[in-house]
Amino acid sequence: MIDVQNITKRYGHHTAIDRVTFSVAKGEVLAFLGPNGAGKTTTMRILTCFMPATEGTVRVAGFDCADQPLEVKRHIGYLPETPPVYQELTVTEYLTFVGRLRGMGSRNLTSALDQSIGRLELGSVRHRLIGNLSRGYRQRVGLAQALLHDPPVLILDEPTIGLDPKQIIEIRELIKSLAGSHSVILSTHILPEATAVCQRVVIISGGRIVAEDSPEQLSARLRQSEKISVTLKSPSADCNTKLREIPGVLNIFPGEQAGMFLIECTLGRDVRDEIARVVVSQHWGLLELRTISMTLEDVFLRLTRHEDGLPQPSATAHKEAPGSQETTP
Amino acid sequence: MTPVQAIIAKELRGYFVSPIVYVVGAVFLLIFGFLAYLYIVFAGAQAIQLMQMQGGPASINLNDLVFRNLFASMRFVLLIILPILTMRLFAEERKLRTFEFLMTSPVGIHEIVLGKFVSILLIYLGLLGITGLVPTVLMLFSEFDWNPVLTGYLGMALLGALFLAVGLFASALTENQIVAAFVGFGILLTFWLISGLGALLGDTTAGHIISYVSFMEHYDRLVRGLIDTSDLVYFGSGLLLMLFLTHRVVESTRWK
Repeated sequence: MIDVQNITKRYGHHTAIDRVTFSVAKGEVLAFLGPNGAGKTTTMRILTCFMPATEGTVRVAGFDCADQPLEVKRHIGYLPETPPVYQELTVTEYLTFVGRLRGMGSRNLTSALDQSIGRLELGSVRHRLIGNLSRGYRQRVGLAQALLHDPPVLILDEPTIGLDPKQIIEIRELIKSLAGSHSVILSTHILPEATAVCQRVVIISGGRIVAEDSPEQLSARLRQSEKISVTLKSPSADCNTKLREIPGVLNIFPGEQAGMFLIECTLGRDVRDEIARVVVSQHWGLLELRTISMTLEDVFLRLTRHEDGLPQPSATAHKEAPGSQETTP
Repeated sequence: MTPVQAIIAKELRGYFVSPIVYVVGAVFLLIFGFLAYLYIVFAGAQAIQLMQMQGGPASINLNDLVFRNLFASMRFVLLIILPILTMRLFAEERKLRTFEFLMTSPVGIHEIVLGKFVSILLIYLGLLGITGLVPTVLMLFSEFDWNPVLTGYLGMALLGALFLAVGLFASALTENQIVAAFVGFGILLTFWLISGLGALLGDTTAGHIISYVSFMEHYDRLVRGLIDTSDLVYFGSGLLLMLFLTHRVVESTRWK
């Protein structure tokens, strides 16, 4: 559905994106991740024919962005970073304007309008001026605009920004429901969002694609060690050395609470039962034992910081313990 | 409804929700009314003087004493007021980031430019229509020739359309509305002042060219009641040129 081949965008001497290549199949949801200034918005602007690429070709829904921009625009629903709303119009007036701009007939438009307003729960504000609406509502009006003509391709620049947690979940559900029938590209800073919504992730940094895969595959590929969290009731003074003697254990860091330890061990070697045996034999009192898997956040940080080897132990170990995904054995 | 009509409807709605049209329109009509009043009172005073000298009823030419002066004065009023009406057209879209939305909608740039121009032209023609009350009321109490008044109105419509196109062009250059108004004002003032340079150079080729480029002599002929094809061509081509340049400027923002 979307086919991007070697696009480069230069502003004078500054290269914003450099030979970016990726494609999105029909019905696929793709997340675009990257730090600020990585080139996400530039790429999206090229895809929507807002600006031309310096080099390379972009095809959307079978049309070339350079040769048939109007056809491409007709097949795209686009939500820019800032919701493109006119404050002096009401929600209904604005969406009607959007529909007419896209050449929708009035009968077609009425049903599309109702559907779009219903989908984004804008019914209660449909006759209010957009200028008087909150940030979250404006964002939803922006999304309603992108979905109005039911385009086969959706390009969403940070779609859940400014929404409250309940709305975020609803919008994610909405995007998920679009998968299958629509191709979606969304950029986001919220990494769990990419994991929750997308089948594939493209990580872009410094204008280049540094990784592209499913969220699970990415963390698996980049994982170089396993981490295990152990909480003990009454650890003795020598428990650090005792644990380190277990084959496969590389490093031990203190956890956030008293009696908590983070154990780093070699990849592919499950030392949990070994740890449990040692703890029980020493009568330390095992309260908790679980593995900590690498989150997309870790992958993202590692790739965008260009770190080689293991992440800095104490800093990351402390940070990731509370928020990371857990797999209790 | 075509995209152009949709843009016109949306722009008109935007103008009437914001105070701009009301404020600018009120000032425009106030100045027009005040100038008309002054010239009519002045004409009345002259008629009284004439009656005293001749000792009987005197006829004065309202076309010369009122309308020609009024239309000539309105040039400057239009020059100041119209860039304020047009300043928001593109500058605001860029400031509020709706420009990106317009440019990624399946409409051509020429449709966007045309829609915006027609919307503001309609507002201007509406204001001009309201000023038609002045000659209508005057007709009830005196006699004058309607033809030069109508060509004067044609002149104001054409001059206004050209000024609006210049203002639209200025608005496309920047995202700051004040800068847009000022640039529009500057361009118009320059074209006003070069007519003086043309007069100074007199009956030379350069003098003729410069005089032709300025809108002054073309407008003056219409106000005097002359419809000359060359003047209509001047206004038509000037208008198209400005709209074309606006199109190029909007297009070029994609490359920056």
